[in-house]
Amino acid sequence: MNAVLSHPLFMPILVTIVIIAAFPLVAGYIVLVERKVLADFQVRLGPMRVGPHGLLQPIADALKLLLKEDIIPAESDKAIFWFAPCISTITGLVAFAVLPFSQTIFVADVNVGLLVVSAASAVGILGIILGGWSSNSHYSLLGALRSAAQLVSYEVALSFALLSAVMLAGTLSMRGIVLAQLEHGVWGVFDNYLFMIVPFAIYIIAATAETNRAPFDLPEAESELVAGFHTEYSGFRWALYFLAEYANIFVVSSVAVTLFWGGWLRPFPSVHWLELPLNVGFPVILFAGSGIMTLPLIKKLKDPIQQKVLLLAALLLVALAVPFLIPAVNAAVIGLFWFLLKVFTIVYVMIWFRGTFPRFRYDQLMNIGWKIAIPAGMGAVLVNALIGMARK
Amino acid sequence: MLDTVLFYIFAVMVLLGGILTITRRSAVHSAISLIVSLLGVAGLYLLQQAEFLFAVQIVLYVGGIMLLFLFVIMLVNLDLAAKERQFNRQWLVALAAVAAMGAEIGYFLYRGKDAFHIAEGAAGAVASALGNTEQIGDSLFSEYLLPFEIASLLLLVAVVGSVVMAKKRI
Repeated sequence: MNAVLSHPLFMPILVTIVIIAAFPLVAGYIVLVERKVLADFQVRLGPMRVGPHGLLQPIADALKLLLKEDIIPAESDKAIFWFAPCISTITGLVAFAVLPFSQTIFVADVNVGLLVVSAASAVGILGIILGGWSSNSHYSLLGALRSAAQLVSYEVALSFALLSAVMLAGTLSMRGIVLAQLEHGVWGVFDNYLFMIVPFAIYIIAATAETNRAPFDLPEAESELVAGFHTEYSGFRWALYFLAEYANIFVVSSVAVTLFWGGWLRPFPSVHWLELPLNVGFPVILFAGSGIMTLPLIKKLKDPIQQKVLLLAALLLVALAVPFLIPAVNAAVIGLFWFLLKVFTIVYVMIWFRGTFPRFRYDQLMNIGWKIAIPAGMGAVLVNALIGMARK
Repeated sequence: MLDTVLFYIFAVMVLLGGILTITRRSAVHSAISLIVSLLGVAGLYLLQQAEFLFAVQIVLYVGGIMLLFLFVIMLVNLDLAAKERQFNRQWLVALAAVAAMGAEIGYFLYRGKDAFHIAEGAAGAVASALGNTEQIGDSLFSEYLLPFEIASLLLLVAVVGSVVMAKKRI
């Protein structure tokens, strides 16, 4: 048993299996959160029928997508139509391989980790444009063309924002970047006398565009293009595109967290007396508190089965607080806790964007990309280099 | 062992992709084959422990250049191109060119045959304290600074030139 546990491939394989098995569920629940949050912004209730407060909606949706008829358009390029969603999904999941979830939980620590993420997203674009082209539909083709132009434009700004962070850390390894922030004793975004906020803002804008999210969701603008590049897709293939989109959102959020928000580090990593309140108190209060706050909701439900499901969910939340009280377990999972908390904060902000900003027109999109984001990114690299030299 | 197996996989990707690129009738299929070929080259870079080149090859060629290729191909009427004759049948010229090329390569292989030896447990020596990225940065900005700057100037001229040609009124 010990030989298995201490084998160098044990952790990578375990993490890989967990990611592949759990990510579809996580993506499903991100969708539920998105629908609920957007509903709240628009003073609606959102999904309420399947499970208490729609808690089981993702499972019902997944079942529906698996059972739906898979339609292939008659005049389409069948092989490419079949393969395009796979490209998107595979590359979306490949990028997970270099994300450092915590000090010990990661698949691989590659010395060009950040570039691997860029490469995976670069290949992932092909899935979108090939899918759009092979559908043999005007809406799909227009969506694919928009997507290609948009992604190529914003990739430049994205790279400049990443470059600033890499200059600060002095390495391309994702784990090394977090360790560099630990050494500096401050999150990347607050480094260089707070100037790193500028590349962080550029990164968030460009990342929103890279993942085709509102307000940059022109490739699937439903008011103009039906559903853009995936108009002709249905059933499982469509689900693969969906999975790829949420995998990309998760990856860009993780990269933002790793580069700018200190990865698995807690807030104020260099202040020692905060260790107990932040590493033990905060997660316990968060989980137990949200579990207890769920309890009053149970009484308002009428259906006894729904009441039981919600009680189960509340107990699960309280139970999640327990591991953080055991010191040995706490040390193992606290990094993962902070990492995921930060990632989901950024995912929430991206949902917030979608609820707040109206979609840009195509020329506005290109103007923002080429005339604002790229010059600002170049300027940020220059200023960061000057500040970095001055500090040496 | 694993390296050898991977090498053959990537080599097959490169060659098969290259052959399919010129034999496919549909331009999009050709472009995809070329992408497969370029990915194979990236894999070969990785086998040579050139991680930086591996990533840059994918980001630039697949993510940039091939994406723009596809962009243009999608705007072209493919049905028309598919009906045209795929190859022009200039057998004599082609044979002469292949023969000349083959003779040239054969001659040089014969001349330099002493320089070849079967790699025995290659790599290993390459791994140094500095990462691959740092090494490339070092040599680009110290040893090869002038060629690097000239290349960047060339690219700048190309960028400005393409904007000038595309825009009717500046």
